Amino acid sequence: MGFFLEVLIGGLLAGMLYALVALGFVLIFKASGVLNFAQGAMVFFAALTFVGLTERLPAWLGLSPEWAGLFWVALLLTAAVMVLLAWVVERFMLRKLVNQPAITLFMATIGLSYLIEGVAQGMWGAVVRGLDLGIADEPVMWLLERYNLMISKFDLIAATVAGVLVAVLALFFQYTKVGRALRAVADDHQAALSIGIPLQRIWVIVWAVAGFVAIVAGLVWGSRNGVQFALTYTALKALPVLILGGLTSVPGAIVGGLIIGASEKLAEVYLGPFVGGGIDSWFPYVLALVFLLIRPEGLFGEKHIDRV
Amino acid sequence: MIYREAGQFKASYEADQQIFPIKQDRIVMAALVAAAFLVAPWAASEYWLQAVLTPVLVFALAALGLNLLTGYAGQLSLGTGAFMAVGAYATYNFLLRLDGLPFLVGLVLGGLSAAAVGVVFGLPSLRIKGFYLAMATLAAQFFIVWALTKFPWFSNYSSSGIITAQRIEILGFAFDTPARKYLLTLVIVSLLALAAKNLARTNTGRSWMAVRDMDVAAEVIGIPLMKTKLLAFAVSSFYCGIAGGLYAYTYLGTVEADGFGLDLSFKILFMIIIGGMGSVLGAFLGAAFILLLPVGLNVLMHTSVGALVPATLASNLELIVFGVLIIFFLIVEPHGLTRLWQIGKEKLRLWPFPH
Repeated sequence: MGFFLEVLIGGLLAGMLYALVALGFVLIFKASGVLNFAQGAMVFFAALTFVGLTERLPAWLGLSPEWAGLFWVALLLTAAVMVLLAWVVERFMLRKLVNQPAITLFMATIGLSYLIEGVAQGMWGAVVRGLDLGIADEPVMWLLERYNLMISKFDLIAATVAGVLVAVLALFFQYTKVGRALRAVADDHQAALSIGIPLQRIWVIVWAVAGFVAIVAGLVWGSRNGVQFALTYTALKALPVLILGGLTSVPGAIVGGLIIGASEKLAEVYLGPFVGGGIDSWFPYVLALVFLLIRPEGLFGEKHIDRV
Repeated sequence: MIYREAGQFKASYEADQQIFPIKQDRIVMAALVAAAFLVAPWAASEYWLQAVLTPVLVFALAALGLNLLTGYAGQLSLGTGAFMAVGAYATYNFLLRLDGLPFLVGLVLGGLSAAAVGVVFGLPSLRIKGFYLAMATLAAQFFIVWALTKFPWFSNYSSSGIITAQRIEILGFAFDTPARKYLLTLVIVSLLALAAKNLARTNTGRSWMAVRDMDVAAEVIGIPLMKTKLLAFAVSSFYCGIAGGLYAYTYLGTVEADGFGLDLSFKILFMIIIGGMGSVLGAFLGAAFILLLPVGLNVLMHTSVGALVPATLASNLELIVFGVLIIFFLIVEPHGLTRLWQIGKEKLRLWPFPH
């Protein structure tokens, strides 16, 4: 039982990290109807930019690499880069593709992901870099002693960060003027335009927010597995979460992430040995597929009515 | 002036229903086919035959398969690579386990296996649409590659999981040189391309297009959705399966399951985006473009222009150029190179007069 709980909790915590990436997808999809395949590339780009900046900033500014403020300066600069990226994407891609079919936009973001990956590696090189956030990846002693559960402190903190981020975003969507505008745009582009909401600025904002989410996801995933090209595959981890939870729902991303994370780990541990292991590459997809057959719009997605 | 249809009257139904109703088109096509069959095998070097012409044909076939599904029937698939893998591994196993099975029969059986797998993974398309369906095909992509890696039976228990294609022999004639393999590929690909071109003009092709444009409306006018969609998946996967078989047998010789990953699927998707969705010609143009682009970039990098580009950027230039091109084409010419070709023809009709 202890082992089962351990796997389950480990899975749930990993699920929060998937949800973090899925969140970036949901934000952009809600506001612009674009399924942004480049979200994984953005995670990679953000993490690489952050690490690259922490490496080079001391030399550029003549600071000591030990300086405590370095983390925040690098973080701020990375955020600025993500805003710039959002602006470029809006200006040179989205604006030209207004009113195209959603599938066209999706394919454009596949192209965008190649472009971002290429630029990221071109700028900072392709070597794998370590990233140390100063949080040890060790079991929480208290839980180990009391309940004999091995739960990583790192996972726990990362999941908390993800949870806080979601709460902040939910509040932002619900109570700020920009958030209200975002929801209006998500509801109906034309109606939003007609009451004077600047569509293009909203797109920049939402891509920038997705960029910030990508920074957080990139830092967490990067310090876990190293900042490397494999970070782009986090997008592939997030896609089943996304379809399970529904493309338009922020809580859906969280619940979907938890379900996928937990069932993936449980399946790997209890089912994997029978079929040779490594099933986590496809299990989430098949699980999501089964869910879809029952509820084609995902758990929390809006019901779609076809009209001729 | 050069290219115009004035004076070409269609006096019979056959004349009206030709694939290329305009004489100049027929001449160009005949010249192209003649060049591909008669000139290329002798004029091109072994390297060109083996590393450029054969793969262009193989990828064109795969792109054609995807184009039938995505371009004609409107079902976005990200699992092309996996269906090719099924074709390659099934062909290998049929030829390995059934003694004396003719190569072509093995290849067709491989294609049919891919079609069967395609139908299974196409089943969700009856209930799931758009993005959700694309995700379902991703499930196919990951599951099939995983299964081929995990169960050693598929690769005949080879320790590395790599399969080595058997010798190709048809009626005692061995296809062992690059030129012969190229010709074999060319014959198969041309026949299938012709079939696809015709299929698109039949009842089936038209119902695919109706489903693509709006499936509810198509259902209302009496097109059986289930049959039409599953047929699209089956035919598309059959083409991809044959392409996979050729990929293993006439192009590479040895393949492993990981070679049929998501990157391959994306590459083929890019081919139909750049070549032109919903067009047979587009599959060929796109395949040629995507495969020749890295060669061209490589040549460019070794000239004086290349010296100006920093080394770290140069190695990633391919990714960047691919990305930019995809976005560029989707913005500027969503119908791809095929549309440019059509515009070119329109211009030729009028030239040298302005109107």
